[in-house]
Amino acid sequence: MTQKLSDIAPGKRAAVCGIVAEESMARRLMDIGMVQGTEVECLMKSPLGDPAAYLIKGAVIALRREDAGTVLVREV
Amino acid sequence: MAEFTVALAGNPNVGKSTLFNGLTGLKQHTGNWAGKTVSTAEGSFDYNGSRYKIVDLPGCYSLMARSAEEEAARDFIRSGTADLTVVVCDATCIERSLNLALQIIAETDNVILCANLMDEAERKGISLDLPLISERLGVPVTGISARSKEGPLQLLPAMEKALKEGLHPPKPESTSPEYLSRLAEEICRGAVFSGPDSLRRDRQIDKVLTSRVLGFPIMLALLALVFFITITGANYPSKLLSDVLFKVQDKLIGFCRSASVPEFIYGPLLLGVYRVLAWVISVMLPPMAIFFPLFTLLEDLGYLPRVAFNLDRCFKGCHACGKQALTTCMGFGCNAVGVTGCRIIDSPRERLIAVITNSLVPCNGRFPALIAVISMFFAGGSGSLVSALLLTALIVFAVAMTLLASRLLSATLLRGVPSSFTLELPPYRPPQIGRVIIRSVLDRTIFVLGRAAAVAAPAGLIIWLMANVSIGSGTLLSLCAGFLDPLGRLLGLDGVILMAFLLGFPANEIVIPIMLMAYTAQGMLIDYQGLGELRAILVQNGWTAKTALCFLIFTLMHWPCSTTLMTIKKETGSLKWTLVSLLTPALMGGALCMLVNLLFYITSL
Repeated sequence: MTQKLSDIAPGKRAAVCGIVAEESMARRLMDIGMVQGTEVECLMKSPLGDPAAYLIKGAVIALRREDAGTVLVREV
Repeated sequence: MAEFTVALAGNPNVGKSTLFNGLTGLKQHTGNWAGKTVSTAEGSFDYNGSRYKIVDLPGCYSLMARSAEEEAARDFIRSGTADLTVVVCDATCIERSLNLALQIIAETDNVILCANLMDEAERKGISLDLPLISERLGVPVTGISARSKEGPLQLLPAMEKALKEGLHPPKPESTSPEYLSRLAEEICRGAVFSGPDSLRRDRQIDKVLTSRVLGFPIMLALLALVFFITITGANYPSKLLSDVLFKVQDKLIGFCRSASVPEFIYGPLLLGVYRVLAWVISVMLPPMAIFFPLFTLLEDLGYLPRVAFNLDRCFKGCHACGKQALTTCMGFGCNAVGVTGCRIIDSPRERLIAVITNSLVPCNGRFPALIAVISMFFAGGSGSLVSALLLTALIVFAVAMTLLASRLLSATLLRGVPSSFTLELPPYRPPQIGRVIIRSVLDRTIFVLGRAAAVAAPAGLIIWLMANVSIGSGTLLSLCAGFLDPLGRLLGLDGVILMAFLLGFPANEIVIPIMLMAYTAQGMLIDYQGLGELRAILVQNGWTAKTALCFLIFTLMHWPCSTTLMTIKKETGSLKWTLVSLLTPALMGGALCMLVNLLFYITSL
């Protein structure tokens, strides 16, 4: 089942299946490794609940809920 | 002599600037957060009879430009200016770095790979088969640790060989992100081995530092700790310096009198120039020299991006960028640096908000004044801890004002919705404590002394002249202070304080010294014996708790110093936004001071 990355809870992993962000942000997300099939893990949420930090290809990247919502994933 | 141009390219925060400094012996500021290098830096060195010009490019994830910095890096690589491009990679996550490396190989032939942070990879249990990666990629790969002394030098043979022989790596068939990502994965397959828990320690630290319960308390506790160390540590050297400097002043005056040097010669020099310099050095320098290295340690460790992560929700609520937390933190060091740092924010609207609001947090030059007034008027005799806590509260207030100003700006002059961005949380790195302390103390000391000589000395001279040149009924000083007095009183201050802020426009460090000069020049002449004496001078001149509170507010929020304003003009290229940056804190501070004044007036009725 396809979900938004922003819906993945801390500690859960998911595989990227698509990006629906506007072009420059989509390119940025792909450049940091968010291409189809990449496994992403949600590590933690900020104390105020947003943004969340994700482990992508060995690096930790924080995304706001709106931006993480543009990444479509499948939980693994 | 043969001359080569070598470009350093790579993702943000992989240690390009550290490598650059190691190779060239220059001191490009380094810090553990993505985007530290905001413009290209150049330096050169000689090796085996050739001259190497090194260009440190801003960090980027890809050559498909998104931000101005990435565009600068891309244009430089495409221009063909460089004889060799060194792609610096993070050995702890090399697969990700390969995306950029492959894009650069697609553009140009002479590329070598430098896997930096090998020491960190080893510590995390990650091992790399560099020869295999080199064979698959088709370019030489050298593993180094740029932070160690010999690290950068290990790169030199590979650079020399590549320049002599030339390289012709196979080009990737496509530069689509999907294709490059697959290719990077294939290159690393069987060449990168990581222990299962290579990142566990960082994750555990992150869980604590950004936890729902502890995230904010830890942030405040660290801030209070830094202030506590600063205040406690500054007391002794302050006392020592002032004892020595004012003893020398007395000796010099005694000497001048006994040698019957006329007062109009030694007066301005000793009681004007020398005294203000002595004030700046003894009262302002010690806290600055302690605060700055402590702050740099936190920066080196990698804590600042976690602060940005914790606070991002607040900035989002104000329609601003989460990276503004980083530029705000840089403002604690120096507002001009904070303003330049705003280049890391991609959206022009959000960058302007960050630029305009940066001077709402006190820079290193304003902390000593805040500390002195808090200790004298609010902490009583209860010592450094209370002062540190009050100062922490004041900083929380300053950050709240930054958020308020950001919100107001995005509702009026800079309307818009928050834009997309990614914030990298880099691995924690043990700071190089010795080097940080030595370098920042030395750099700070020299910088402050230079500024004191350039700004405080002439200001001291002006004040002395004003206090001793009479026009009609009073001295020039009392006339000016009298002229400013009504406005000063309206702000809960007085004419002298307002004049000190105006004369302190070139450097905030001199506000308190100028103020004291003005007070003492009008009659009683008191040597500095410690904060107690200082308080006596102020109280004699009508200071109350209200004056002190308004002084604190006005120190936080008046106009940016001249250096910061010039930086703002340079960064925005617009007189209008420079003016907005000047008026925003001035109006906020003015309004708040008047409000406080009014409240005191009402409650005293």
